[in-house]
Amino acid sequence: MSHYESHIRKPLITGDKTYHDVTLDVVKSVEGKANKSWWIVFSISLIAFLWGLGCIVYTISQGIGTWGLNKTIGWAWDITNFVWWVGIGHAGTLISAVLLLFRQKWRMAINRSAEAMTIFAVVQAGLFPIIHMGRPWLAYWVLPIPNQYGSLWVNFNSPLLWDVFAISTYLSVSLVFWWTGLLPDFAMIRDRAVKPFQKRIYGILSFGWSGRVKDWQRFEEVSLVLAGLATPLVLSVHTIVSFDFATSIVPGWHTTIFPPYFVAGAVFSGFAMVNTLLIVMRKVSNLENYITLQHIELMNIVIMITGSIVGVAYITELFMAWYSGVEYEQFAFLNRATGPYAWAYWSMMICNVFSPQFMWFPKLRRSIMFSFFISIVVNIGMWFERFVIIVTSLHRDFMPSAWTMFSPTFVDIGIFVGTIGFFFVLFLLYSRTFPVIAQAEVKSILKSSGEKYKLIRLQKGDDAKLYDKPEQEPLPDFSSKSNSKINS
Amino acid sequence: MASKALHIVFTDDDILMEAVKALREKKIKINEVFCPFPVHGLDKALGIPHTRLAITSFLYGIVGLSVSIWLMNFIMIEDWPQNIGGKPSFSFIENMPSFVPIMFEMTVFFAAHLMVITFYMRSRLWPFKEAENPDVRSTDDKFVMEIIVNDDNIQDIAELVHENGASEIKLIENK
Repeated sequence: MSHYESHIRKPLITGDKTYHDVTLDVVKSVEGKANKSWWIVFSISLIAFLWGLGCIVYTISQGIGTWGLNKTIGWAWDITNFVWWVGIGHAGTLISAVLLLFRQKWRMAINRSAEAMTIFAVVQAGLFPIIHMGRPWLAYWVLPIPNQYGSLWVNFNSPLLWDVFAISTYLSVSLVFWWTGLLPDFAMIRDRAVKPFQKRIYGILSFGWSGRVKDWQRFEEVSLVLAGLATPLVLSVHTIVSFDFATSIVPGWHTTIFPPYFVAGAVFSGFAMVNTLLIVMRKVSNLENYITLQHIELMNIVIMITGSIVGVAYITELFMAWYSGVEYEQFAFLNRATGPYAWAYWSMMICNVFSPQFMWFPKLRRSIMFSFFISIVVNIGMWFERFVIIVTSLHRDFMPSAWTMFSPTFVDIGIFVGTIGFFFVLFLLYSRTFPVIAQAEVKSILKSSGEKYKLIRLQKGDDAKLYDKPEQEPLPDFSSKSNSKINS
Repeated sequence: MASKALHIVFTDDDILMEAVKALREKKIKINEVFCPFPVHGLDKALGIPHTRLAITSFLYGIVGLSVSIWLMNFIMIEDWPQNIGGKPSFSFIENMPSFVPIMFEMTVFFAAHLMVITFYMRSRLWPFKEAENPDVRSTDDKFVMEIIVNDDNIQDIAELVHENGASEIKLIENK
């Protein structure tokens, strides 16, 4: 039949799995009860979230003066966190869209969670500009809405407004992409639900998905077109985020390498976060047969490549600063590497450029513990990257009398920790209520990439029948009309 | 008019495909198949024409691009031109480079959302919509085929699908 894949390719679904087994494995965490460790992690995240919420309320009631910002450094942790979270979000779209266009089947086990991570991360990112407005209840002023001042419009020349359009398009398109993919899987949970309440809830969430052939045909077309739209979209989003800096005239910011460098960095940090989350989730939710070592290894390779791209970008920046002959530019980079924030610069270099190079060694990139460790290191490194770009470029500006340092207040730290808490609260709730693996898609590759079927083909040849003889009910007799009133 | 339909359950996509081919050879119309996952090639085997959603998406994208151009031209050039940082803002073409990012974003926004809305409308999917798959196992691992039958061909069709590996055959009478 149409299912063919070389034996040389490692199976993407290990174990002796049938279609029904996939269903059971995916619904297990939804239908089962949460264990103790889930509750412990959830409680910690919830406390962090509530603490962050308190700090946000404090900021809004007292003003931005509660942060560590000063006259020289007007942007610090808020924008660092914003860029960090948006960057993390990029892996989800990359996995679901770019890997779909490249027909990479290994995306199917991880795309659902990666997209969930995208949405939750972009939610965190969106909080920071809104809080930093000082009057968040006027956040709608960023939209071009006719008003009583003229109308006084928003400025379409500003990269900050481009950001508004880019982030909201990105969030909303990612959301519909995610939800459309979820419909058949919600329908599966709905059709298995025994209690009326669950059946009702999943019935609403699944939009009445019935799985007709025409629906599936449209579903696949919509997924493909959305992937085609989301691929340039995801590149545009971090490009536009980088424009926030690159279109300014601050030395260290106005470089033309920023767009590709930011996009590579975003993918880099996003894959690291996917690895962090999925290495834990595959263990806790018993999904080792779906999120296999092969998946982790492939993600590590992406981390290694994007980490190297980021490394090249760092060095190119240094070279261009020297080559430009502009002394302000040269100072900005010299100050980064040797100034009072050298510790941040070198932490960034070690975490982002040095540490992913370990992934050249197959033994290390196939080690789960090591992959987890590197994924955390990369996430820390990418936070430092944004901090270095933002704070070290600002803290020593054109007038030495204005030179200063940045120290975060408890509010800065609290809001950052709070968003991490909020992110994990959302992700943990998701992991217990949503189908965390795109089970319909996984079923569609089970025969080509499942270990069980690969083995059958290896033993019996590529033309082997990939199913057991079905158990057939005896053929009913419909011919006598009087008997034909057998209702279902 | 009361109509009769056979609901035929298959346990495997390969068996289903064989049965579909056998039925199509005999020119028997298959009214619907409910599948738990996209069975590749099934739409072709059933003779279902390709969807035109991608074309609608392209058209929606053009609409989005036009809307963004109209919007920014009206706001920045016609309604209230301003000198912002000395950037030229008195003709659209001069100011256009800084409109490109939003022209792109709105193209994608319209193309993606309107296509998905079209898909939901055409496939009749929305919150509170009742599901219409006849057998709950059809979202798990069973494939359910629906064929409208009459008293003359019912037994022939049932025999044909039985030969081709149908595991259950049920008669449904619609009032």
